[in-house]
Amino acid sequence: MTQPILQARGLVKRYGRVTAIDGADFDLLPGEVLAVVGDNGAGKSSLIKALSGALVPDNGEIKVDGEAVHFRGPLDARRSGIETVYQDLALAPALDIATNLFMGRERRLDGWRGQFLRTLDAKAMRAQAQQVLDELGINIKSITQLVETLSGGQRQAVAVARAAAFGTKVVIMDEPTAALGVAESAKVLELIGRIRDRGLPVVLISHNMPHVFEIADRVHVHRLGKRVALVKPGESTMNEVVGLLTGALRMGEDGVVEEVRNAVTTGLGSHRKSAE
Amino acid sequence: MRMATTANGTRASFGEYVLRTPAVGPTIALVVAVVVFSLSTSTFLDLDNLSLVVEQSLVVGTMALGQTLIILTAGIDLANAANTVLATLLMAKLVVGGAPAWLALIVGVAAATLIGALTGVLVINIKLPPFIVTLGLLTILTAVSRIYTSEGVQVSDPLLSWLGTRRYLFGGIEVTYGMTVALVMFLLVWYALNKTAWGKHVYAVGNEPEAARLSGINVQRTVIGVYVIAGLIYGIAAWQALGRVPNADPNAYQTANLDSITAVVIGGTSLFGGRGSVLGTLVGALIVTVLRSGLTQAGIDDLYQNVATGILVIAAVALDRFTRGRQR
Repeated sequence: MTQPILQARGLVKRYGRVTAIDGADFDLLPGEVLAVVGDNGAGKSSLIKALSGALVPDNGEIKVDGEAVHFRGPLDARRSGIETVYQDLALAPALDIATNLFMGRERRLDGWRGQFLRTLDAKAMRAQAQQVLDELGINIKSITQLVETLSGGQRQAVAVARAAAFGTKVVIMDEPTAALGVAESAKVLELIGRIRDRGLPVVLISHNMPHVFEIADRVHVHRLGKRVALVKPGESTMNEVVGLLTGALRMGEDGVVEEVRNAVTTGLGSHRKSAE
Repeated sequence: MRMATTANGTRASFGEYVLRTPAVGPTIALVVAVVVFSLSTSTFLDLDNLSLVVEQSLVVGTMALGQTLIILTAGIDLANAANTVLATLLMAKLVVGGAPAWLALIVGVAAATLIGALTGVLVINIKLPPFIVTLGLLTILTAVSRIYTSEGVQVSDPLLSWLGTRRYLFGGIEVTYGMTVALVMFLLVWYALNKTAWGKHVYAVGNEPEAARLSGINVQRTVIGVYVIAGLIYGIAAWQALGRVPNADPNAYQTANLDSITAVVIGGTSLFGGRGSVLGTLVGALIVTVLRSGLTQAGIDDLYQNVATGILVIAAVALDRFTRGRQR
């Protein structure tokens, strides 16, 4: 079996009496788009925060390329090559695209000016930013345009481009299409596909089943703080996934999806049989 | 270059240009003011008078430089004049008490810097709004100054008044060392803000602190650094003040704080943080002084000058709101 790029085993995170992550497992394989779906409050965000270093789990293990890591903050995760596109994008609207792309990772000039005067190499940063946008097919008038002059989809593209430019192992995207219209969503999905085609695996957190089924190679179903199923879009239906994440269906050890007794009968299951 | 269109498919408009280059509007206003006063009075357009206007703008202009940095982080400093005044008192009293002038100068500048650091720590570590912190400091520092000395301290020392030294360029243009020092300070801050990562971080922290944090910027260190540097600048403003008038007075510079905020705001820096430039502040400080000086020479009463300055501030902030509103 291929070694997962990013893997978690038995993650636990408690806030007082609330258990946000309850022994969750996670596997991201090389070159895939893995969608993480779950109902509100299922603990998706907590899981993603643990993987991106934004929270420190109480228990469990995270491995990058098979090596155990201990993230104490988002910077640690970044150093391991994991980039995150946050739902609110984490862009400064009053600054231009190039500045935003290099925010916190600015490049200085070579030589004495960079070393002693700490002069930034604005030209190189702009050129590199332009190159990244071109490679990803993101069409923007000028790299020195202020982010606030961009449309929602363009902003999303800039945030995604930043992650793609600096991520060496994994790009995590939190609800990238949630705030977008139909046409802009389609462009972002296309962008996700292009990032995968460049060899960078993508973790996509989304509520939007059609989007998930359009782009994902595998779907991680999260419920009550843990992974309850791992399905492939080609082998399951959207209804089944919805059933799994609401708890109306469950997946047995053998990977067979079955209806849960005592739950309201939904008729969602395709291989309907009684549990136990 | 490759051709591409924006959302609305237009080229950068004049409005966008002004938004991108906040110093353009104020510069036009400054030129208009100078032309108007040159035409309406017989005394304004005169090299000596123009030099005097620049000299008069030095102390407030220097304070406004520190104020700009703080406002860029979405803060505000109500205590900068009180800080500067206390530093002038320290310098003057120490020299009058027999200390060497260089030591007095260092102590004064260091005290102003420390007060800046204290402001930053209160804002960041105790998470108090800058308005409240500096309002408290304004009250405290003003009281401390008056406890320290109830009346003005005359001081005649060549080092303390060095910035007031006059030189003549090209035979006719009168320049003081203070002007040169102020210009160098503006250039240094401009460089730091525009050409270094630190400057980009200052803008980012003021514009969107959460985005800055998620981008790996140390927000706390950046903001405290800004307050420390502003304090240092206020210390140098104190030196400027002694260069202009060799008398440290606890009751001096009563309107300087508001004037410094006025200069920053007229200069196009947004009170909401993250937008603005020191170039704008330089122009803003000159506008405030030109307006006061020109109106005086046109024979208009002080009180009406205050009315004019007030209108200018409101107009400048309204313009800021308007241009920002267009982008949302």
